[in-house]
Amino acid sequence: MTVLQLLQRLWGKESERPSKEQAKERLRLVLVHDRAGVTPDRVLPLLKDELIAVISKYMDIDESGLDVTLSTEDSQMALVASIPIRGLRQRL
Amino acid sequence: MAGRVIVITSGKGGVGKTTTTANVGMALAQLGRRVVLIDADIGLRNLDVVLGLENRIVYDLVHVAEGSCRLRQALIRDKRCDTLFLLPAAQTRDKEAVAPEQMRKITADLAEEFDYVLVDSPAGIERGFKNAIAGASEALIVTTPEVSAVRDADRIIGLLEAAELHEPRLILNRVRLDMVRRGDMMNMDDVLEILAIKPIGIIPDDESIIVSTNRGEPVALDPHSRAGQAYREIARRLEGEDLPLVPPQATDGWIGRLRRFIGLQSR
Repeated sequence: MTVLQLLQRLWGKESERPSKEQAKERLRLVLVHDRAGVTPDRVLPLLKDELIAVISKYMDIDESGLDVTLSTEDSQMALVASIPIRGLRQRL
Repeated sequence: MAGRVIVITSGKGGVGKTTTTANVGMALAQLGRRVVLIDADIGLRNLDVVLGLENRIVYDLVHVAEGSCRLRQALIRDKRCDTLFLLPAAQTRDKEAVAPEQMRKITADLAEEFDYVLVDSPAGIERGFKNAIAGASEALIVTTPEVSAVRDADRIIGLLEAAELHEPRLILNRVRLDMVRRGDMMNMDDVLEILAIKPIGIIPDDESIIVSTNRGEPVALDPHSRAGQAYREIARRLEGEDLPLVPPQATDGWIGRLRRFIGLQSR
């Protein structure tokens, strides 16, 4: 520890997040990918088909314009689905 | 009753599998158990030098697998502890020289005679790893508090599960308490938040490991070493003792504590 670091500590300048928290966050993220059967391109098509089946019960959707992807923004992983709707189905 | 066959593995290289195998083995032998260590890292053997037994090798694992010597002939008795034995790896062959089926046979034969058969796995997840886990019924996973090593440990947990080796236990190696204290290193609690596994030991980063490896004397024999103490505790946990899981602290008195408090000492 240098004198500068000691002074910074005394003045409370060490406001940076401890690096172990970054390590844990990055690990969580990378392990979601690793554990999801190695590649998302095996899971996503299956998920897409089932989504179409479920949503079609309630809405008339444009299947060709449907887009399902995994996005990693702000160190969070999200499932992003863009589903163009042609119209609502009349419920019986 | 047949002995326990335990594989020591990690995925990532250089995290301390061989040192762990040597020291847990030595500590178990010091408790009076009959222990044999198998170096499964064919082509890159190292367990012999860590134990200081490199000058005694005549036959090796590949000779046994190929039937060119008897199992008994290949075993090297430790010079300090007469219940500890080593089955060395071949140095001039490769991983393909042994098949998982042969490893199953060798470990089963050894388990007839020994209380513990510890298998030191090579790094990686290919043939050498598959050989190492073939005959095992328990597994210890070694990792260090780094992103890369923990990631590989997660992969290994998955592969062991797929191979029906359930409930592996985790050894967290090279923990620096000073870095943990200031939040710059993951501790066991942090790693256990991420990995689905139970712990069995925390090994502090300790210079005495380097010194003891230089000399070929396992640190588990050093009563003053903190790492040695941690290895002895792992051995006792394997024996069924319920010891609290805390890393051995440095016994540096009030001056050390004061220096650490004001941040002048790195550990």
